[in-house]
Amino acid sequence: MDPELIGDCVHCGFCLPTCPTYVLWGEEMDSPRGRIHLMGQHVGGTPLTPEMAGHFDACLGCMACVTACPSGVRYDRLIEQTRAEVERAHRRPLQERALRALVFRLFPYPRRLRAMRLPLRLTEGARRRLAPRLERISPSLAAMAELAPPVPARVRLPRRVRAVGRRRATVGMLTGCVQGAFFPQVNAATARVLAMEGCEVVIPPAQGCCGALSLHSGLPEQAVRLAERTLATFERAGVDTVVVNAAGCGSTMKEYGDLLGEDRAQNIRVVDLSEYLAEIGPVATRHPLPVTVAYHDACHLAHAQGIRAQPRALLSAVPGLRLVEIAESSICCGSAGTYNLLQPEAARDLGDRKAERVLATGADLLVSANPGCTLQIGSAVRRRGAGPIPVAHVAQVLDASLRGLDRAW
Amino acid sequence: MPDTALDEPVRRFLEILGPGSVITDPVRLRTYECDGLTHHRTSPGVVVLPETAEQVAAIVRVCARHGVPFVARGAGTGLSGGALPRTDGVLVVTSRMRRILSIDLPNRLAVVEPGVTNLAITEAVREQGYYYAPDPSSQQVCSIGGNVAENSGGAHCLKYGFTVNHVLALEIVTPDGDLVELSHTDPGYDLLGAFVGSEGTLGITTKVTVRLTRAPQAVTTLLAAFDDVESGGRAVSAIIGGGILPAAIEMMDALAIEAAEAAVACSYPEGAGAVLIVELDGPSPEVAHQFAEVRRICEENGAFELRVAADPAERAAVWKGRKSAFAAVGRISPAYIVQDGVVPRTALPEVLADIERISGEHGIRVANVFHAGDGNLHPLVLFDDDEPGAAERAELVSGRILDLCVEHGGSITGEHGVGIDKSRYMTKMFSEDDLATMQLVRCAFDPEGLSNPGKVFPTPRLCGEAPGVRRGAHPLVESGQAEQF
Repeated sequence: MDPELIGDCVHCGFCLPTCPTYVLWGEEMDSPRGRIHLMGQHVGGTPLTPEMAGHFDACLGCMACVTACPSGVRYDRLIEQTRAEVERAHRRPLQERALRALVFRLFPYPRRLRAMRLPLRLTEGARRRLAPRLERISPSLAAMAELAPPVPARVRLPRRVRAVGRRRATVGMLTGCVQGAFFPQVNAATARVLAMEGCEVVIPPAQGCCGALSLHSGLPEQAVRLAERTLATFERAGVDTVVVNAAGCGSTMKEYGDLLGEDRAQNIRVVDLSEYLAEIGPVATRHPLPVTVAYHDACHLAHAQGIRAQPRALLSAVPGLRLVEIAESSICCGSAGTYNLLQPEAARDLGDRKAERVLATGADLLVSANPGCTLQIGSAVRRRGAGPIPVAHVAQVLDASLRGLDRAW
Repeated sequence: MPDTALDEPVRRFLEILGPGSVITDPVRLRTYECDGLTHHRTSPGVVVLPETAEQVAAIVRVCARHGVPFVARGAGTGLSGGALPRTDGVLVVTSRMRRILSIDLPNRLAVVEPGVTNLAITEAVREQGYYYAPDPSSQQVCSIGGNVAENSGGAHCLKYGFTVNHVLALEIVTPDGDLVELSHTDPGYDLLGAFVGSEGTLGITTKVTVRLTRAPQAVTTLLAAFDDVESGGRAVSAIIGGGILPAAIEMMDALAIEAAEAAVACSYPEGAGAVLIVELDGPSPEVAHQFAEVRRICEENGAFELRVAADPAERAAVWKGRKSAFAAVGRISPAYIVQDGVVPRTALPEVLADIERISGEHGIRVANVFHAGDGNLHPLVLFDDDEPGAAERAELVSGRILDLCVEHGGSITGEHGVGIDKSRYMTKMFSEDDLATMQLVRCAFDPEGLSNPGKVFPTPRLCGEAPGVRRGAHPLVESGQAEQF
């Protein structure tokens, strides 16, 4: 934990109301300012107590505080360093260790995740019936059972998708872990939209995890290994721009320079799908979609990448589409990577808060640009018994509009 | 150091609040060691997080019974150390009391709990065309309870007045633990007026009835760039002297602009030695007329660029630089002191020149951000805390700025309060008799001196104790005008 970065905090408190855990609990120790104070205490020689570790673990890593901070405190860097320190210096109870081992041996591995698809599909009904009983054994396992989506048919993506009309660019596309396993239709839509907008899309098979989950969970060595492999994959594919449709992955890949060194990372430019589409401008015809859409800001898009306007502009440009705002849009939904598995109670409270505000918009469709948020809000809406509100990715809405479909979600 | 005198009170707090709302772990306690003013730090003896007024009253009764001092804290954004805790005391944090209890638009008022943020009130009524007028720069964070304690101001207080002008009633817990209502309609002494701005020394606010203000029909915000603060200052005097009362007139000097640029890229005119933000609001024809006047005055006083914010987004962009200025200074300096003083508006150019001179003498940079319309200065005294002696020199410069304010007939604080930080300067403004009289007011509410002791007054004193060096009875007591408790 870098004392200089800690020293940047002037204790003004502007971060407090943007912090999801402060919003929930109203305690200094569970605010960014309080956590930075705890980091300072530890750097100053206070041993890392289980209480301290608990407050660090409770941070979602949503980066809303980074957006809010007028002093430019790099809380993102600080919490990453702190999580690594927690993994080094803090011995977790057995049950917690087992759960974390399960999560980190499953999620960053697309093939293992895909292997889960069949059992998940076969047990869909049983899972939901089982969830309340699991709650007593482990709230985390219950959360996992509740979150897992209905598994769609597998979509096989070609290695290369030709541009429709004149080719304007050639880009690589990240398929992601959770996105690839549980939302293959989003990847298919992304590839089609890019192609219809004049991009040749290169999709290297056997892509690995980008390293986001590990990096955000205090496992930098695993993150470096995965990042290195991801970079190599796209370099071999011969692209210099990689389009990412999952917010968490995009934000991590944009920081490969910090992780692997600027020299190593400079050959590949990483862009979010919305960012890229806004940048190249539209060429394909948009067909009307008469639908009211509530757009959800994924933290790793809005806060970590500063991308708020582009997805809204893309959606608003669809004829007939009405865009509505969700109250408290900058507060995290509680998904936050693996947070909803590791901190299920807080995640559930935040999910409920978000679901309530999403439903209050009266929208017919929720659009989210991150698979984790989609799962989290979807399950929170189901829990309220109010839904289900369909949830789609920006790519799917654009895909439907470009192809003149009624809907594609 | 665990204070055994707190053992019994802590047991009682656990009964009243439950374990989730009583903090005794030393590592956690330390996160509460300071508010927005970080150079005074004290770890509290215990922190309690009540959720209802009744719980606050019960907590204070326990304190009163055991003679334990207590300090109230909202969001911990204060800049005078008003919420600095005590190791032998209880820190009562209202951050979980954040419900908006009722909104009554026909009567233009809202009843809120003390932990509600200033901006949350506005957000709750904005769509209906209302807002809560006082707007401290920390409005999205700071709590209304803290605003009441400090009588907080903000940029728009020039026209609309301070917190005291917008609080219609309070429910407070007195230092002996009674829940009492104070209202602006109460006949007799204006106890509500006495309580607002009492910096936590008269009790703890548990409910606030605020006035809601109708959003103006038209708002125009003008950004004017000048070569130097003197010409900006002359423009301010000319505007007010011309009979125009803008909603706000704010000035930032070159260093403050540099910080704001670094923090929020506010894109103020390049090369400006000072910028003025003038906001006019009211009925459209009036605003249009005044706008033409302000524009003329700025140009006459040497403004080299004028920008008009045409819509709410542009207005927000203009204000963003100003509102983030304090914390933004963190971008250009490792450490800084936010000073708060008042001078007569007409003395602005002279005082600013003096500040520059003092800054040069001590080799300490001073960035100036201020509510120019009412002469409320916020010099930001910049220093490097790693450089030996720098903090002391900064403290010296900061103190000399306050001397300047007093010498020019101003005040040692405009809106940040006295707290712990400025209690020692109180004697520069007030005589022993003045302070003794204030102490009598304090004693009427808090005879045991348990409510935020050690703040505001330069020397802590128990009620009944002979104040100062004076021997014999207090003159007010002697003349039969007052009675000592």
